[in-house]
Amino acid sequence: MSVPADLYNRLKVRLGGGTHAATEDEIADPLVVELRAALDADRVKMDGAQRSLLSRDASVFDGGVSGPVCFPETTAEVQAIMRIAEKHRRGVVPRGAGTGLAGGAIPLGAPVVIVVTKMNAVLDVDFANRIAWVEPGVVNLDLTRHLQPMGFHFAPDPSSQQVCTIGGNVANNSGGPHCLAYGVTNAHVQAIEVVLPNGDIAMLGGLDAEPQGYDLRGAFIGSEGTLGICTKVAVTITPNAPAVRTMLLSFDTIRDAANTVSAVVAAGIVPAAMEVMDQRITVAVENYVHAGYPVDAGAVLLAEVDGLEADIAIDADRIAEIGREQGATEVRLAADDEERAALWKGRKTAFGAVAQIAPDYYLHDTVVPRGKLADVLDEIYAIADRHDLLVMNVFHAGDGNLHPLLVFDKRRDGVLDRVHAAGAEILEASIAAGGVLSGEHGIGVEKQAYMDRLFAPADLDHQNRLRQAFDPTCRANPGKVIPMGHSCADIQALRAVPTGVWG
Amino acid sequence: MTAALTSTDPVLDAFASEVGSDDAVAIGGNRTRWTIGGLPSADARILPAPSGIVDYKPEEMTVTVRAGTTVADLHGELAAAGQRTGLPERGGTVGGAFAVGENGLYPLGRGRLRTALLQVRYVSAEGEIVTGGGPTVKNVSGFDIPRLMVGSLGTLGCIAECIIRTNPIPAVSRWFISEDADPFAVLSTVLHPSAVLWDGLATHVLLEGHAPAVEGEASQLNTIGTFTPSHTQAPPALPPERWSLAPAALRSLADIGSFVASIGVGTVWADTAQPLRPVDPAVAIVSERMKANFDPTGRLNPGRSVMNSGTG
Repeated sequence: MSVPADLYNRLKVRLGGGTHAATEDEIADPLVVELRAALDADRVKMDGAQRSLLSRDASVFDGGVSGPVCFPETTAEVQAIMRIAEKHRRGVVPRGAGTGLAGGAIPLGAPVVIVVTKMNAVLDVDFANRIAWVEPGVVNLDLTRHLQPMGFHFAPDPSSQQVCTIGGNVANNSGGPHCLAYGVTNAHVQAIEVVLPNGDIAMLGGLDAEPQGYDLRGAFIGSEGTLGICTKVAVTITPNAPAVRTMLLSFDTIRDAANTVSAVVAAGIVPAAMEVMDQRITVAVENYVHAGYPVDAGAVLLAEVDGLEADIAIDADRIAEIGREQGATEVRLAADDEERAALWKGRKTAFGAVAQIAPDYYLHDTVVPRGKLADVLDEIYAIADRHDLLVMNVFHAGDGNLHPLLVFDKRRDGVLDRVHAAGAEILEASIAAGGVLSGEHGIGVEKQAYMDRLFAPADLDHQNRLRQAFDPTCRANPGKVIPMGHSCADIQALRAVPTGVWG
Repeated sequence: MTAALTSTDPVLDAFASEVGSDDAVAIGGNRTRWTIGGLPSADARILPAPSGIVDYKPEEMTVTVRAGTTVADLHGELAAAGQRTGLPERGGTVGGAFAVGENGLYPLGRGRLRTALLQVRYVSAEGEIVTGGGPTVKNVSGFDIPRLMVGSLGTLGCIAECIIRTNPIPAVSRWFISEDADPFAVLSTVLHPSAVLWDGLATHVLLEGHAPAVEGEASQLNTIGTFTPSHTQAPPALPPERWSLAPAALRSLADIGSFVASIGVGTVWADTAQPLRPVDPAVAIVSERMKANFDPTGRLNPGRSVMNSGTG
């Protein structure tokens, strides 16, 4: 399957940016005047540098065009921004730390960008309800660090957890290695205060066992900023496990590692995490942080069980036994917290480690049934070979969540075309194996054009109906998720919005 | 090019034809929670959903099952492979359980019902088969239609088929009872009880896991009271009505009459019905728009409303 030319061209074309100061016309724009009246003037940025910075996110895609960039500190300020944007019929793009990998935070059509990083307070830790009320700009790992001394943590732990925000986690329904046993963000959010695109404030979900009405909370989580913006979140706090065992199993082939993962689950064990890394990535990690991974193994499986000592002792023994049955050449139990931390540091810095190999990478994200992991991995290596690209695999094997990492140097002629073509084929192989488009990165702009490979027109029409119940005029994060041809994703119209002023 | 999730099941196609696209319809399961949200209007045709287990992959921990299948039949099949689900076992169907959206007795141990539904196929108001979600245990491909369908009381679509997350059945499950323990101390004493039920006198705790871990947890329990193994090894009998409260609110259940409260969850079974809960006005507007967008002519389960539930 070829890359849809429209998607690729759209992403390749840099629509704006630059570092010029705001012009007098821009400053006199009534939209800006009203925003500056509602917030302090210095929390409505419109200089070229700021707008250029926020024109993109952590994805490989070229940026869009940002309109005024707002840094609200309260729900009331977010509401004021929403109402002003509505009055001027301008789109709004919520933004946390901008670590998204699918282009979800890229502004299209010169929207007002609402950055929530100044709303970063842990408001209340409510032990009786086992929740914490937090603002959306709280950094994921900061929340866990805040809770740790009290014996709790926030379970979703995406690789970007040192910088990504809870608001971003809600927008992307974020996962992470430990979501295998504990579930993704949806399972850890009970209530969300949101400002809807028309400026109404709504409390979605609730702390009670079964909140009344449609599960709008559930619909909002993972909606990538297209239904409104969250201003306060009640997250579940999870008690820290009293005991943990981290094991490293080495294999000659990645197929043996993948088969071990399936066999562990089939045996009725749900470890806290099961991560697989191929030899290319373990070598890169070893060169980078010296975490103690074997560089001569074809693949390694990092398996962790946590909970009660008596439970995990039995599960860890069984995992080791299954690994050996599947051909493990070495089974190593982390001797202490230090060794355990080193192994996890290696896993979580894997993407940083590849910088020594090539300057650029494109991290993919698909999910396949666990039983198909080995076959799909074979296909992925073959696809990369066909396109003369290097692929490395490090992934959440327990969930069947693949993260093929294509590494390249974009200065080489034509390499981006090959990267995109290989990416499309990887998606196709995953779908053909009974998988889905994304496990945790989302659709954003990256996978919009592939939505109709998974869903029929009626399915997408119903997703659009859900979206329009929250946002009838399609102003929240316009041009994302729902593919073109549906009413909320008319990119041509977005491009026609006032680039004369903002370009 | 065909979309990967397109249905080719003739049983679902026949169900879609039966639902049609014109007149008022409602899906009837085993009617264990039939009055929730109000009865369907008299002119509505009441149809059964198709039944049968379509595909079960224990190693994937997923099962594809048609909505009219009873939870008992589903759990019977899963138990043979050492698995179960979070669906409540009270005589109902799978589709009914998701449409009603009530947790079973064990959300602490098996997760909340709303997180168990991975993919849903339903017949829309226009008579088309619509697929939401996907077959894998992890998925963020587009808007989360399955979450919207859980608890929607059949007002947005007629649920036809579900792909559900399964859980392994632990090696050991044991109920313990105490009449002198503080029920609210249990959660800070043992790591993950599968249920903590309190009737105002006795505290019933379900511990699950490998045998040595359950023994260890049981001895921990005895640090906060005298716990003995339950004679029945079953949960207490539940009063008929159901309240949904925040876990902290269970500490002040004053004038509710006889009750069984699910500690750490917030569900309370009582003799009296819970008063209607206030609805956030902005939530009401979005909900009304959701109903109008999914069912423009109001033909799906007319007479029943999700804003009128909680008094089952």
